[in-house]
Amino acid sequence: MSLTRREFLKWSGTAGAAAAAMCLGFDLRPVSSYAADLKILKAKETTTICPYCAVGCGLIVHTKKSGKLLNAEGDPDHPINEGALCAKGAALYQMTVNKNRMKNPLYRAPESDEWEEIEWDEAIEKIAKRIKETRDATFTEKNAKGQMVNRTTGIAHVGSAALDNEECWLLQGIMRAMGLVYIEHQARI
Amino acid sequence: MTNHWIDIRNSDCILIMGSNAAENHPISMKWVEKAMDKGATLINVDPRFTRTSSKADIYTALRSGTDIPFLAGMMNYILSNNKFHKEYAANYTNASFIVGSKFDFKDGLFTGYDPKKKKYDKSQWAFEKDGNGVPKRDLSLKDPRCVFQLMKKHYSRYTPKTVSAITGTPEADLKKVWETYAETGAVDKTGTIMYAMGWTQHTVGVQNIRMMAMIQLMLGNMGRAGGGVNALRGESNVQGSTDHCLLFHIIPGYMATPSTKLPTLADYLKRRAKSNDPLSANWWQNEPKYMVSFLKSMFGEAATADNDFGYDWMPKLDAGANYSWLTIFDEMYKGNFKGFFAWGQNPACSGANSNKTRQALGKLDWMVNVNIFDNETASFWKGPGMKPDEIKTEVFFLPCYTSVEKEGSITNSGRWMQWRYAASKPPRGCKSDGDIMVELFEKVREMYETDGKFPEPIKNMRWDFVKDGKFDANSVAKLVNGYFEKDATVKGKSFKKGTLVPSFAYLLTDGSTSSGNWLYCNSYTEKGNMAARRGKKDPTGMGLYPEWSWCWPVNRRIIYNRASVDLNGKPWSPDKNILEYKDGKWVGDVPDGGWPPMTNKEKTKRPFIMKPDGVGSVFGPGRADGPFPEHYEPLECPVPKNLMSSQRINPVAPVYGTEADAHLSCDPRFPFVGTTYRVTEHWQTGILTRWQPWLLELQPQLFVEMSIELGKLKGINNGDMCKVSSARGEVEAVAIVTGRFKPFKVQGTTVHQIGLPWCFGWIYPKDGGDSANLLTASTGDPNTRIPETKAFMVNVEKLGKRRA
Repeated sequence: MSLTRREFLKWSGTAGAAAAAMCLGFDLRPVSSYAADLKILKAKETTTICPYCAVGCGLIVHTKKSGKLLNAEGDPDHPINEGALCAKGAALYQMTVNKNRMKNPLYRAPESDEWEEIEWDEAIEKIAKRIKETRDATFTEKNAKGQMVNRTTGIAHVGSAALDNEECWLLQGIMRAMGLVYIEHQARI
Repeated sequence: MTNHWIDIRNSDCILIMGSNAAENHPISMKWVEKAMDKGATLINVDPRFTRTSSKADIYTALRSGTDIPFLAGMMNYILSNNKFHKEYAANYTNASFIVGSKFDFKDGLFTGYDPKKKKYDKSQWAFEKDGNGVPKRDLSLKDPRCVFQLMKKHYSRYTPKTVSAITGTPEADLKKVWETYAETGAVDKTGTIMYAMGWTQHTVGVQNIRMMAMIQLMLGNMGRAGGGVNALRGESNVQGSTDHCLLFHIIPGYMATPSTKLPTLADYLKRRAKSNDPLSANWWQNEPKYMVSFLKSMFGEAATADNDFGYDWMPKLDAGANYSWLTIFDEMYKGNFKGFFAWGQNPACSGANSNKTRQALGKLDWMVNVNIFDNETASFWKGPGMKPDEIKTEVFFLPCYTSVEKEGSITNSGRWMQWRYAASKPPRGCKSDGDIMVELFEKVREMYETDGKFPEPIKNMRWDFVKDGKFDANSVAKLVNGYFEKDATVKGKSFKKGTLVPSFAYLLTDGSTSSGNWLYCNSYTEKGNMAARRGKKDPTGMGLYPEWSWCWPVNRRIIYNRASVDLNGKPWSPDKNILEYKDGKWVGDVPDGGWPPMTNKEKTKRPFIMKPDGVGSVFGPGRADGPFPEHYEPLECPVPKNLMSSQRINPVAPVYGTEADAHLSCDPRFPFVGTTYRVTEHWQTGILTRWQPWLLELQPQLFVEMSIELGKLKGINNGDMCKVSSARGEVEAVAIVTGRFKPFKVQGTTVHQIGLPWCFGWIYPKDGGDSANLLTASTGDPNTRIPETKAFMVNVEKLGKRRA
């Protein structure tokens, strides 16, 4: 019998399940295979790239029509990982579907010992105000030697190698437009 | 990586050193094993026997911080036994260049050292030049002042006996590694190096990598299939974030950040020295096109020739000043910042000397943290030892999308730019990072409509890629590629305004083109989004997959690939043909410039096109700490002297001076070498993985690994709770007493080393331990200022039994 690796796994998996089922005295095979199909049956498939290390493994993400994430697994067509994943990549689902995720902007006032929830609009407004106040108070058009520098040294920025390229480009753009020179991220450490 | 992941399979010998690839880049091992199946040898050198070691044909250990002597000994072996690739070394490297008479080296110092400034005058290391200003060469490599002879002399000091006394590696092991790897100097063989933070995070980080790059050049391994210098990058897009330069010293495409040394655009555009060598491609003479196109992307129609395309709106550095990571937290600790963004990053755990970082955060007026999960940075004010009622820092936490909830590209270590799509619906209450940037900047800009200091760059920042206040990855990707901003004719082809530029060869200096990053010009063209491609053709059969995604520059899969052929354009290894000159044209990978082979003396250019002389630099006169790597001990070390010279530490290493910057060598309170590393199940500080039950179950808690001998010495058993401390901080960890660490014999004494992962933090899980970076020191490499977190001194003591 000639089997591809994929077929072999399927075949041996079924055989194992069948053996287990026999011990119980009834045959679970149709149920388990129906259940396995059901989860991603009619699900939308989207390709993605793993967000952890920089090997750049491909994954297929399954979502429901509602946009709910159902599953993530290695992309067998991807030439680098050929469907394989490490422990982190294989657990990708749980980064997104996770009750510990933060789902509201938070604010911590000076000297306070707790977070308070804040609306997005208010958070953006407040941060923008802090930026402007700090920038206006610390902006330097000329340095001590009288050379033109047009910068603010009152604000520093770090991050991020976890952002997409397009976000990285925009982020360096807005930070430099605002006059920051202290701009760093993970690549430095 | 000069090469890419799949290419590892083409190697005859793979050296994994300064990396634990099997643990931290697990899928890379697929390609290592493919090479081994075809007969390749895997060598692993690491202070600890790791998952990578378990796969290796040859494994040996060295003490943390002694990679240079290990490799310098290999160079000595290669040169004194004529194991190098002679034709390659003579033609494609600067081994033949004559060094000026001022250059010398004595007792650990190169000429030009100023002990007061702790700085070198690098002009004393210049090459001797002929009447046309071209470096003099001796292709026979016999001139006593040529690089080859100076290098031979320099490394003759690194004998097996001396190296062994420094590294703690047995002489027999050293010889075995050196002999095996040196075999790749045979003309048709190639060897590769896979390294990571085990090499960069040292006060000699750059020189660790240079030492290996020099070996690769002398063995003729650069630019070739199965060769190269391959950095295994740890974050999915740290290659891309570096290319787009979220770094103080460079702007997108590795161009210098404007500084007081370059006060006007005219100064900037003429900053690159031109080589008079007719065989130099002088690539950086194209920089003016890239710079003006970048400014057009930044400031759009407001950037005109009359206002120097907005050059004055770019903030300027003080020439020679440092604004790097370590300096940021040093200045912050001293109270010199008001505002701070930690965007998609957790510096309270990730940088060196976490206590200093955490104290520094308390000296801000305000801070913004953007992240998916709560973390030790956002909540620093309620961390261990903090008194919230005394901390004035206002903190904003903004929750963002995960990678499967948004669209955009990331660039892997092999420089492949791969597109991702939005797959699942994000939770209500979160926003994408891109949208946060857009909303924040639009709000700031609105405030500057009425008043404010120097509003021009804010008002004039290009914004036509934003539609209805929403971030659009496709629009930004197109701008990063670049447009024709007006109708133009270039290289005989006419382009209409608004057309995407086909490649950086078409960029112009007169403001007719934009390109947010010239290196990515060719990634999103009128033919479509190249990064989204999924073609599986492999015409060379060497795994280049030229139609899968896109790679910079111009889809060249192996950079410096014209060094993979001989002077006639024929591959050095006929069975590893990635490029060949046939019937008047190059066939295979996208060549590093289309010039004909070296035998065509009229039209050729040397293959290392980004280097001013067109050759690989075995002599590196641009480095802060000398043109040849030299051994210096880590800032904190277990030995009273450096066996190579009376300079114990790197004489130009940066050292910071606050009370949080204590460091101690040979102090009986901290007698053991410490190092840090990672585990497969957690990522970086663990902030994305500690909150995931599946992963946390696999790796729940901070541990410290130590040898059986050290366990005995300290009365520590497997599973005991221990305290690990340094001059700067302490952590509690579960002991793993293991044969994976062995004591070293160094300078005739026994040196113990311990190691611990840095993926834990106090916020979650409870009793999971805290960051190993509480132990590390704020010092680093003098070229890059990457912190020295891989070698420091600690103590380890038993606290009691492990808590249930």
